[in-house]
Amino acid sequence: MSLQLDFPAVLERWPSFLGGAVLTLELAAFATVFGALFGTLAAVGRGSRSPLIAGACKVYVEAIRNTPLLVQIFLVYFGLASLGLKLSAFTVAVAALTINVGAYTAEIMRAGFEAIPRGQIEAAEGLALSRLQIYWHIILLPAIERVYPALTSQFVLLMLASSVCSQISAEELTAVANYIQSDTYRAFETYIIVAVLYIILSLVMRAGFWGLGLVLFPRRRRLGTPL
Amino acid sequence: MGGHLNINHLMFLGQGALWTIGLSVIALIGGGIVGFVIALARISPLKSVRIASGVYVQLIQGTPLLVILFLGYFGLAAIGLKVSSLTAAGASLTLYVAAYLGEIWRGCIQSVPKPQWEAAEGLALSRTQRMIKVILPQAVRIATPPTVGFMVQIIKNTSLASVVGFVELMRSGQIVNNSLFEPFVIYAIIAAAYFAMCYPLSLFSQKLERRMGRGRSNLAPA
Repeated sequence: MSLQLDFPAVLERWPSFLGGAVLTLELAAFATVFGALFGTLAAVGRGSRSPLIAGACKVYVEAIRNTPLLVQIFLVYFGLASLGLKLSAFTVAVAALTINVGAYTAEIMRAGFEAIPRGQIEAAEGLALSRLQIYWHIILLPAIERVYPALTSQFVLLMLASSVCSQISAEELTAVANYIQSDTYRAFETYIIVAVLYIILSLVMRAGFWGLGLVLFPRRRRLGTPL
Repeated sequence: MGGHLNINHLMFLGQGALWTIGLSVIALIGGGIVGFVIALARISPLKSVRIASGVYVQLIQGTPLLVILFLGYFGLAAIGLKVSSLTAAGASLTLYVAAYLGEIWRGCIQSVPKPQWEAAEGLALSRTQRMIKVILPQAVRIATPPTVGFMVQIIKNTSLASVVGFVELMRSGQIVNNSLFEPFVIYAIIAAAYFAMCYPLSLFSQKLERRMGRGRSNLAPA
């Protein structure tokens, strides 16, 4: 009943851990960028005048938000394979994570759009701004500024959730851990190290988004408060 | 490679679905109890308690549930405890859910308007009395919609217990798939089953939120 930990035996595999951590960050970065674009489009689509587009966007958001990521990853993995597409595990993982985080982004962005006061849009129309200008300057940018904290914590959660991609053998951090523990029989130590690495990654991401926010939204910085 | 999906497979999946619900309930109750303690500890008058509970929340929220599950599964074994995958999954999910529910509930307790705290203090109620008689009854009202919403997360997250060998809905799907090898059909069924469990809760949470939103427009949690 005594607990004996042997960290050096596991830590000597540090190049593998590092490689896994880098791949996790790459997965998160791709999925964040694509998911943000995709999700914003879905949020715009939900406000569309065409009931078909609005309905399709709603079905997409609700279907994704009410099913587990693990199931979605398997569906994308086997779905693409049954269509005859042979893609790498990394590509499939990015696709599945993008589809997943897109739905959450869409919901957050929708809240941002709804928070734009109607009067501002009317004022912009009164100033004869084009529809595109109104969308960009009056709706999209202020909405992003408003929901930025919610968006960034969603992206950090996405990075953590990317651990699930180990199940389709994308060689990210958790998959590396699974391999090392089966090789060294030091499971507990391995997962402690991996947990610490994930905590560091999430702190790094949060610090990065915080710094990015300072650069992107100087107005927010000057006011010293969220909008 | 054995024939087609038949009633026995569906029965097996149904059994898995029941275990998904069972594990979700365990995680909700366990995580609820620990989470309540965390929420109170986060606003404790003692600085050390506040810091300790804050560190706990940060550690758990910075780690993927999958890794927590592996830690629970191998960690309990490493200290010599022989536990079933249900115990390991239940314990890991409890720790995970507690960190999130604790933060949600802390926010709800703190969003009870300040004058309520001051009035209770002015009536010379002790800290415990203030909490039980004034603050918590109002906090529960505020906390209901986000808690119901979080139950959706719990149900979805139990799918990860499949990786430590607990036969819930996801794992039973994998087992059926191993004998039939029709992954797309089977995982579509699994997805539909999860949706059937989660969507009513999502709708209920939204409805509660809208009901609360009436008459207190700025107070509804985002």
